[in-house]
Amino acid sequence: MNITVKLFATFRVDRFREKGRDYPEGSTCREVLADVGIGEEELGILLVNGRHAPLEQVLDEGDAVSLFPLIGGG
Amino acid sequence: MNKILRVNMTDLSTALEEVPAAWAGLGGRALTSTVVAAEVDPTCHPLGPNNKLVFAPGLLSGTTAAQSGRLSAGAKSPLTGTIKESNAGGTAAQMFARLGIKALIIEGMPKDDTWYGLQVSNNGVTIVEESDLIGKGNFAVIDALEGKLGKKTGVLTIGPAGEMKMAMANISVKDPDSKIRSHGRGGLGAVMGSKKIKYITIDDADAPGVTVAEPEKFKTAARTFAKAMLDHPVSGEGLPTYGTNVLVNILHESGGLPTRNFTYGQFDGHDKISGETMHETIVARGGKPKHGCHAGCIIQCSQVYTDEQGKYVTSGFEYETIWGMGANCCIENLDDIAEADNIMDDIGVDSIESAVMFGVAMEADVLPFGDGKGVIRMLKEEIGKGTPLGRILGGGTANVGKTYGVTRVPVVKGQGIPAYDPRSVKGIGITYATSTMGADHTSGYTIATNILNVGGYVDPLKKDGQVELSRNLQIATAAVDSTGMCIFVAFPALDIPECLPALIDMINARFGIELTGDDVTELGKSVLKTEHAFNQAAGFTSADDRLPEFFKLDPVAPHNAVWDFTDAEIDEFWNF
Repeated sequence: MNITVKLFATFRVDRFREKGRDYPEGSTCREVLADVGIGEEELGILLVNGRHAPLEQVLDEGDAVSLFPLIGGG
Repeated sequence: MNKILRVNMTDLSTALEEVPAAWAGLGGRALTSTVVAAEVDPTCHPLGPNNKLVFAPGLLSGTTAAQSGRLSAGAKSPLTGTIKESNAGGTAAQMFARLGIKALIIEGMPKDDTWYGLQVSNNGVTIVEESDLIGKGNFAVIDALEGKLGKKTGVLTIGPAGEMKMAMANISVKDPDSKIRSHGRGGLGAVMGSKKIKYITIDDADAPGVTVAEPEKFKTAARTFAKAMLDHPVSGEGLPTYGTNVLVNILHESGGLPTRNFTYGQFDGHDKISGETMHETIVARGGKPKHGCHAGCIIQCSQVYTDEQGKYVTSGFEYETIWGMGANCCIENLDDIAEADNIMDDIGVDSIESAVMFGVAMEADVLPFGDGKGVIRMLKEEIGKGTPLGRILGGGTANVGKTYGVTRVPVVKGQGIPAYDPRSVKGIGITYATSTMGADHTSGYTIATNILNVGGYVDPLKKDGQVELSRNLQIATAAVDSTGMCIFVAFPALDIPECLPALIDMINARFGIELTGDDVTELGKSVLKTEHAFNQAAGFTSADDRLPEFFKLDPVAPHNAVWDFTDAEIDEFWNF
């Protein structure tokens, strides 16, 4: 299934901004994270279609996964 | 710190007072709010002789504690009519603290049209007449005063907006590079202008300095505290790399980025104004991607933004400003936004209030959405020059909304709502509604837990847990605001267990006392209750702890969220 993966802040370094990638049916966010080479301890925020989601969340065709390191501001 | 400096602008007298026992344990916001609540009639006119303008460094200001250089400014706000505290970095807090000045209280007002400057030094404070600098922008004032008094002089200054008593007017503080940090919110610049004070200079030659009661304990705690700042990814990596503007993309992705005067939750042009883009631009042009607003800041969330020729345009280029002019006003050109930021620094207006105001002005067709050059022109030629249109705009968001018959006016208690949509980030909506300051995001920054996974996670799209989250953060923030600490210490404090105890240890070591975590919570609660009581006496009721109607009626995309708290649910906030 086709998933859009979006990377932000330092996650973009030596990776990409946004890519459509193919994953097998039943894939979870955890697999996406591993696939782009980001460690779970580095992960700050994970959104699926704009909503916070756990790593175990199973993805559907056309989902967009946004990955951020821990960031903050005011 | 053992002195209270009092300045009476009615009879042009000054006094040096001892610190009353009741104020000894207070600093920063705790002190400014206590003084305002004790000495200002809550029903007074904020621009009249009975308002007072109070400056107070924090409890740890002037020590070697990292992040401790914030100055609080307080008064009754001409924008909201509530009590107001605004804190800023820059050079002033540490200079006041080293001089032993616990607070500077300015009261009364001159009867005639003469303007003045105040000169603070180890001898107290002198009132001098001023004419040359009246009408000048803040950058020119800082330049001129450095020329006259030396490069090391501290400066607090108001621009033409403050002189004209506009409700958006701020107070500027000179930073270590002679540029500007701001006491932004709530029109404190107008209060200073109403007292006919153009600037306050600070000379800390021969200052007694700050004595620490238990130096070894302090050093150990300070080390632990500094380590926590650097260890936490937000304060140690994200903020120094991307500044606060790192937030554009996360708010866009989660659908909480107020766009086109709070009509949508996402902005098509987000990539052009994001922190990532700003970082790349600064680096490519040879600006400074990281920069501290005061000596002793190790987070360095500020930056110096230059034009294509490498010339300084602005520093302290914040998410709030870039969101406001960018997503909220639909201006996609980061250079236009930077120029606007420079002008706002110079004429002395709050960049948040200005941006939210322009969103409403655009909705009213005063100028088109996306018109960056139009915003620049109006800041310089209308607001900066005090034309009739400029006076309307300079009165802030609510003023413009009322003048033009707009209903989508995002304000609470008359103050413009900052960069997070309350419909899709419900925790911050509770903060906006209940804060004693009016719509204020830093007073109880639930974004940390609603969006950023700091201090846990509370779903931003549900009502559950938001009131408790906002309450806990508002209490904690009121306490932190009293220490002189930059609020960004909250990120490590929420996640790293040694951080908050180290902060408390530093306070204890500084004064030779034994505060506990509970004492700090009680301090926060007591500050909020003092402020709340002032507001109630000023005429505010629970009916003012509400968001504008349109948030209930208009769903915000992409999650189609609305503001759906009942009045009773919101009022639960004050049950502590």
